[in-house]
Parts: sequence; C-alpha cells; structure tokens
Amino acid sequence: MNIIVCIKQVPDTAEIKINPETNTLMREGVPSIINPFDLHALEAGIELRERHGGKVTVLTMGPPQAESSLKEAISMGADEAVLLSDRAFAGSDTWATSYTLAMAIKKIGADIVFCGKQAIDGDTAQVGPETAEFLNIPHISYIRKIEEVKENTIRVQRMMDEGYDVVESPLPVLLTVVRELNQPRMPSLKGKMAAKKAEVKTMGMADIGADEECLGLKGSPTQVKSIFAPEVNADKMMIEGTPGEQVDNLIRELRNIKCL
Amino acid sequence: MPIIINPDKCTGCETCLDSCPFDAIELKDGKAYINEYCNACAACLSVCSEGAIISTESGAQTKERKQLIEDYKDVLVFAEQREGKLAPVSYELLGAGRRLADELGTGLLAALLGADESEAMELVKWGADKVLLCSDPVLEKFNDDVYSEVLAKIINEYKPSIVLAGATPIGRSFIPRVAARLRTGLTADCTSLEIDKDTKNLLQIRPAFGGNIMATILCPDYRPQMATVRPRVMKRGEYDANRTGEIINVDVDNLTPGTKVIESVKEVSEISVNLHEADIIVSGGRGVGGEKGVRMLEELAIALGGVVGASRAAIDEGWIPYSHQVGQTGKTVNPKVYIACGISGAVQHLVGMQSSDIIIAINKNPEAPIFNVATYGIVGDLFEIVPMLTKKIKEIKGT
Repeated sequence: MNIIVCIKQVPDTAEIKINPETNTLMREGVPSIINPFDLHALEAGIELRERHGGKVTVLTMGPPQAESSLKEAISMGADEAVLLSDRAFAGSDTWATSYTLAMAIKKIGADIVFCGKQAIDGDTAQVGPETAEFLNIPHISYIRKIEEVKENTIRVQRMMDEGYDVVESPLPVLLTVVRELNQPRMPSLKGKMAAKKAEVKTMGMADIGADEECLGLKGSPTQVKSIFAPEVNADKMMIEGTPGEQVDNLIRELRNIKCL
Repeated sequence: MPIIINPDKCTGCETCLDSCPFDAIELKDGKAYINEYCNACAACLSVCSEGAIISTESGAQTKERKQLIEDYKDVLVFAEQREGKLAPVSYELLGAGRRLADELGTGLLAALLGADESEAMELVKWGADKVLLCSDPVLEKFNDDVYSEVLAKIINEYKPSIVLAGATPIGRSFIPRVAARLRTGLTADCTSLEIDKDTKNLLQIRPAFGGNIMATILCPDYRPQMATVRPRVMKRGEYDANRTGEIINVDVDNLTPGTKVIESVKEVSEISVNLHEADIIVSGGRGVGGEKGVRMLEELAIALGGVVGASRAAIDEGWIPYSHQVGQTGKTVNPKVYIACGISGAVQHLVGMQSSDIIIAINKNPEAPIFNVATYGIVGDLFEIVPMLTKKIKEIKGT
C-alpha cells in the first residue's frame, strides 16, 4: 500500500507574541515545528504500513529549510521524503498549494493520502479537501478512528458537530485527521540514524509537470490585503476603588443594564 | 501584488525582517531578500524608511475577466441542514448575506440540499429571496462528493458573486472542494465580512496564526468570492412570517456518492451545549491559580445561573477539562454576560468570546489585553473580588 502523508513546517503559534508598537507578529526565536495535526497524520500512515505493508512517503511544500521537518518525519518512521520547492511556488494560497500538492501526489502515486485537519498557522483546513478535488478522489475530513482497511475500501469515523459518522470510502482516498485519532510516536534512535542518512528528494515545477499559471502568487485567487491586531473596545469602563466599592459599582452597572 | 526589494535603495538595516509575519524576508549579501514564504500581505511596505520595498500592482484585469466578474451578481448562502432541519448557522448566514446583498443592491439566494419545502420556506422568512432546493434523498446524509457536485452546479447556473457557508465540520469539509472545482478563492472561518466601498469586493476578515492576528483577505479577480463563516459570530437576520420568495427545485440526475455514511452517532456533551446556550459564562484563566480558584468561579456561576468556561492556559494546567475551553481552538460563545477572571486575553481566547454582549474583565494586571475588549474592567485580586461578588449576588437574588 502506497501511503503519502502531507506535512507542513509551521511556526509554533503558541510562542508568537504581538509587538504592541508595530502591531506585527514577533517571530524572533519562535521555533519551527511540524504542524501538530500532521504528526497524527504521520502516525496514522506509519501504523497502517505496519499492519498492511507498503511504503510511507512524507511530502511537504516549502522553502529549502523545510527539509528538517521531513528528516524529523523519517526519524519517526517514514520511508521516503519529498520536498516541493521552487521559486514558482512562492505566495501560494490554499488553491495553488492544493494544486501543487496534487500534481506531486499524482507523480508519486498513492492509495491513501493523510493530512492533518488543518495547519496551526493558517487554520484554514482547506488544503486537504482541495487536494482531493484536484486528484479527483474522495476525501473524508476530521477522522478520529480508522475502523477497517480492506484492499479496496476503508471505513472510518468522522467527527461531526454533535457526534460522529461512520463513513466508508473506496480507495484511493484522502483523509484529514484530528488529534483523537492516535498518539504520535517519538523518533527512535534507529529512526534518527536513518534520518541522518536519508536523502530528501526535491521536486520543482518541471518535475511535477505543473502549469505555471496555477502556481504561487500568480495562481492564487485570494490575496492577503492587510493584517492587523484585533480591535480595542473604546467604550470600556474601568471600575475603580477599593475591592468593596468595585463590587458595589459593578453590581449597580449590571442592574442599570438589567443584567441582574 | 508581488512584493519586491529595490536593491539600489536597500541599506540592509534589517528593520523589515521583524515586520514580516511569515518570516519571508532574509538578509542575503547585505540586502533584504524575499523568500518563498511571502504571502504578499504588504505588512513590510510601511516599515522601510528607504522606500526600498515595493508592491508591484497585479496586472490590469483583462476585458474578459472584467466581463466574467460582472456576470456574477447575487449573494448565495449554503443553508446547512441536519436530519432535515436547518442548522442554527444557516440563520446567521442569512443575516450576514441579507446585509451584504442589500449593500450591493442584489438578491439573496439560499441553496438547500437534502431537506424539504417547509424548511425552504423558513429560509425565505429569514431573509432569502430565492431558495434553490434539491430534495434528492441521496443528499439527506452528508457526503462530500455529491454535496460538492450539486452546489457547484447551482453556482455555475446562478452565478452568485459571493458564496457563504458555515465554518462547521460540513462546510469546512466540502466547500474547499467546490472552490477547487470552480477555480476560485475561499477564505476559511471568517469572523467579519464587509463590502469594499470602492471596488465592491468582499473583504473577508479572519484570525490567523492561532488567533494572534487578524487578516483581511480579498478575491478580486475570480468569482464567486467564497467564504466559510464562523458559527455564532454573525447576527441572525430578521424573521418575517409574511415574507414571500421563490422556491426553485433543482433537478439532478444519477447522484451516486463515492463515500457512504453507514451510521450517524450522536454524542453531545452537556457542557458544550451549556456553553453555547448559556446567558452567563464565568471563565477562568491562569490567574485562577488552581482548583480552589475554579471552585470559586463555579460558585459565582451557580449564583448567577451561568456556567464555567476557561482559557487555554487553565486547560493546559489541567484545572478545567478541555470541553470548557473558549477560544480559537475551543468553542466560540456569545452569552449576554461573559466574566473573564484571571484571563490575560491572548487573541486566541478573544476570538472565541469577543461577540458576547457584555464582557466583565477581572485581572490584577492593568495592562492585560483582556481589558481592550471589556465592557467593564476591574483591576484587582480576583480572590478578593469574586467571593464578594458571589455573596452580593446571592443577597440580591435572596438565595
């Protein structure tokens, strides 16, 4: 079984702060990590290979430094790694990213593609489903359990707002996974040795046979117009005084607006 | 609008490096250099005192593209149903969609899949001018492929300029497929939607980077402009039992889903329902210090007839279970009164509670960002304030 796991190298958003003067993100010293949801996708891929045989290829699109994330994936147990890197990919939105990933996946070939449900920097959750559309294969989002894998079908549990659905799909299929699916393993010593020796294959626009009009900024329908810090409420009322006075004043205000 | 550096003007001062939220500016050979991470967000443009950073305007729209854009007019909302009944987010989408359609002077369409005519009528009463109804039984259960097929067909036929759907597990799963198929842009999980006064383009505003910052996204050259909208953020439209509208049956042939829903299992935690429906939420953050502090909040919540929520800090410390989390990675709530105790107000938390009617912030740090969104702010020790507040409220209520 050929398994592809798509991962993304992201800044650890829990570590990001905003510079109050310039309203910009302060990324200095913020570590780059594998998107946490993608670790669950990788674990799912490795577990599937352990049970059914086959090969796990980990795939990412990004700048050359994203290679470190691919090596980390190999240390966890992935067999091969492919880095999609090309100046032509720069500035891709979810549409162009999905197109690019799909072109690469077609080249590599897969029975099952795993993705994390979303990346923690963009939080869009769009690249998985869009990639499936470009591949013209079914997808199921928010997988919390894989119930059964047969030669040509898979049965999974998909999280919904008020519970879950049991869904069956023919293969090939793309699955996006949530944290509840599994507990990602730590890299093994053997894995770390393998990662050191592993060669990451780099692919560019020509290697995947992509149409330049569909790539990068040029191929992206959406544009980021501006970024800004969240608003401040100008009408706020600070309640001063001793703690006792503060409580009394607050209660008076709440009664005035009929909240009490 | 690609961003480029004019190397003749760049002094290599590095000021722009920190301004980039995407880490896309590096120093190469003493000059700034834009790498593959660039999203053309323009955050760096204003920080360069030398004027060395330039945004090259996107090529003028071709005549064909302009025509194509003009062909797309109305606002369409995807009305989500579960077990044949409209999901709450559908009413919110109609509220937002009505506002946008009125501003643009166009019609409001609603697409309803897998439900019947009586639900379609409800959509009219909540603001839709036209409902495109596809009652094929295959659509009763949610399958990505057939939902994508039918919605794409409707969009191709009715050519709306704007398409809105709920950022629910269903909307977030299949709407991307539709956008991919239609070769157009999609913005996820918007918390605000506006029309640009000059261009009439849709300004799609959403949190990014774990909610640390907000971004305005545009889709100027492609149609429709598609967005998923976070549930419980937009206001519902006005219900008018006498409103009339058109219900159009959409015919589809031979819909056969590739995926198949075998069973649907309900699993609703009481807490999540309570948080969504509560009028009053008393939430705790790192400042509550531990289980003793949590019990204090519970007492206040009981006195007020509310429920307890939490920020990620309190969840990560293990003081309050995950199901209580409010914020980007937890729940979005909009109670009448939200009392934030010992919560500093990371944006990740704010995006989940900002639309509450009244926000009361109690924090000992006067600089805490939570005060920026507060209606009432109390700088003080919550271990003094909260028990006193609980006692007074009990007196007033005579309990």
